[in-house]
Amino acid sequence: MNFYLLSVIKAAVVVGVLMLALLYLQWIERRVVARIQVRLGPNRVGPWGLLQPIADSLKLLLKEDLIPPGANKALYVLAPFLAITLSLISISVVPFGPRVTVAGVPTWMQLADLNVGVILILAISSLTVYGVVLAGWASNSKYPLLGALRASAQMISYELPLGLTVAAPLLMSNTLSLRGIVASQAHYYWGFFPAWNVFRGPFPQLIGAAVFTVAAFAETNRVPFDLPEAETELVAGFHTEYSSMKFAGFFMAEYSNMITICCLGTVLFLGGWLPPFPGLDAVPFVGPLFWFLLKTGVLLFIFMWVRATMPRLRYDQLMRFAWSFMFPVAMANLLITALLVAWVG
Amino acid sequence: MTAILFVLFAAVAIVCGINVVLRKHPVESALALIGTMASLSVIYLQLGAQFIAAAQVFVYAGAIMVLFTFVIMLVNAGAEEKSRGAWMARLAGGPLLVALIAILGFVVWRAFPGSEGVTFGGYTGGTAENVGRAIFTTYLLPFEITSLLVLIAIVGAVVLGYKELD
Amino acid sequence: MPQSVPLAWYLALSAILFTLGVAGFLFRRNLITMFMSIELMLNAVNLSFVAFSYHFKRVDGQIFTFFVMVVAAAEAAVGLAIILTVFKNRATLHVDEVASMKN
Repeated sequence: MNFYLLSVIKAAVVVGVLMLALLYLQWIERRVVARIQVRLGPNRVGPWGLLQPIADSLKLLLKEDLIPPGANKALYVLAPFLAITLSLISISVVPFGPRVTVAGVPTWMQLADLNVGVILILAISSLTVYGVVLAGWASNSKYPLLGALRASAQMISYELPLGLTVAAPLLMSNTLSLRGIVASQAHYYWGFFPAWNVFRGPFPQLIGAAVFTVAAFAETNRVPFDLPEAETELVAGFHTEYSSMKFAGFFMAEYSNMITICCLGTVLFLGGWLPPFPGLDAVPFVGPLFWFLLKTGVLLFIFMWVRATMPRLRYDQLMRFAWSFMFPVAMANLLITALLVAWVG
Repeated sequence: MTAILFVLFAAVAIVCGINVVLRKHPVESALALIGTMASLSVIYLQLGAQFIAAAQVFVYAGAIMVLFTFVIMLVNAGAEEKSRGAWMARLAGGPLLVALIAILGFVVWRAFPGSEGVTFGGYTGGTAENVGRAIFTTYLLPFEITSLLVLIAIVGAVVLGYKELD
Repeated sequence: MPQSVPLAWYLALSAILFTLGVAGFLFRRNLITMFMSIELMLNAVNLSFVAFSYHFKRVDGQIFTFFVMVVAAAEAAVGLAIILTVFKNRATLHVDEVASMKN
């Protein structure tokens, strides 16, 4: 099977699974948040409420699709497309597993392995600011504009700690390609302890992983950093004037960003598709995928857990937190990692 | 395949470049400039400059143009009104531009007649490792000076925008 | 269509983009659009550098591109701060009206 056909099949599979995941991530989130808040969550539509996302999608599809008067029509329609397209692109470089042989064809469980894969993900996540900014600008109304300016200032401020904490495991893994980063974590200490980047010398990236998680909350506009789209503060922030499928576009883009950042965190800090103890991924093709999904699922659960638990930060508290605390901590983490890698390696 | 991709993205870059110059509203110019930078990034990939292509999207399209878009939205000046330029500019502007591009094009065509063409994969030295090694060994002094320059620029920008809270 | 693209085409694209940047800088009267034309010129020059880096099979062209990007970022920061100050004082972005030091 030639390269192009194989790539198309892989892309179709990944996009299909991702779309399904987006749909049901919303259901999972609503149930998890509900249980943490001692209530049940949606459980009427279908068994355990499993048809709830489909009902929601139908409702959103059938809503009136309006464009506010005075809005810049082209940008207004472009913004949700941009948001969701950019957030889906970064999935293409994430490795889901090792080299497998599917129907006699050897291939990697990854759409494309770029030499500069990590920079691509960072670059695409810095482009997602445009979806927010253009949405707020094009709506021609004050709440969206304020929400958009705040959201974009927040997103670009937290890109710095995100980038710095991403750079530290790169120093330890000595490569920018995501496949290489997973491969560099593939050995085991003392025969059984996994050498994931959070655990391995010369500097275990525990602080780095924590700062990465917090910066990920801010990058994806999730609680406690969701002031720009909070209902009680700014009506609905930058997507106030959006309805029906365009609103669904922003919604999907937010979940898709969450999934991408959790996948990146898994690959960089938790060892990607590697099992915690040697030999546990003996089943080909399903074993590594199971471990990858488990680790990403844990990170996503942390996102939802924090959403159900923490109050949101005020805007000036949020910005001060980024510049006075996260940025120095991330820099210190990078400095210490660099010094130790240079000294030991 | 390389040729088709180059022609496609070069056309996108030129159309976006013309839009940057001709649009009346600054936001549309900014979006066109982002389009130019993105298509140039693809062309850099063809020329084997992987790190520079990623950095182009990361730095130019993801940071500098965000700054531009921010300022345009903060200023909120709206579309530019037509201005009566000097009659000399309108008379001699067009022909002088054509002359400029003709001279540049002539130099370019004469200077590299029979060089080997560009193929994707013809130069694999543009990896992050190579660029990093060169920056930190041969070009270390310019790198440090550039870092100082950026620091000065940041301090200058803060000073310019500083508002006394009185 | 030749299988490999002659280097002159890349340089010609760089020349066209540079000329467009020059045209924008000289003919537009909005401060921010003039600034964006400068960025377009810098991008055209970056393309030339990368094309020559391919031609001579050295990485030095790309190093210079890197420095041009960094300097463009610094220049954009300061330039936009200046534009904001001008707008705060004059309430206009039209460069012909910021001419009080003339004559």
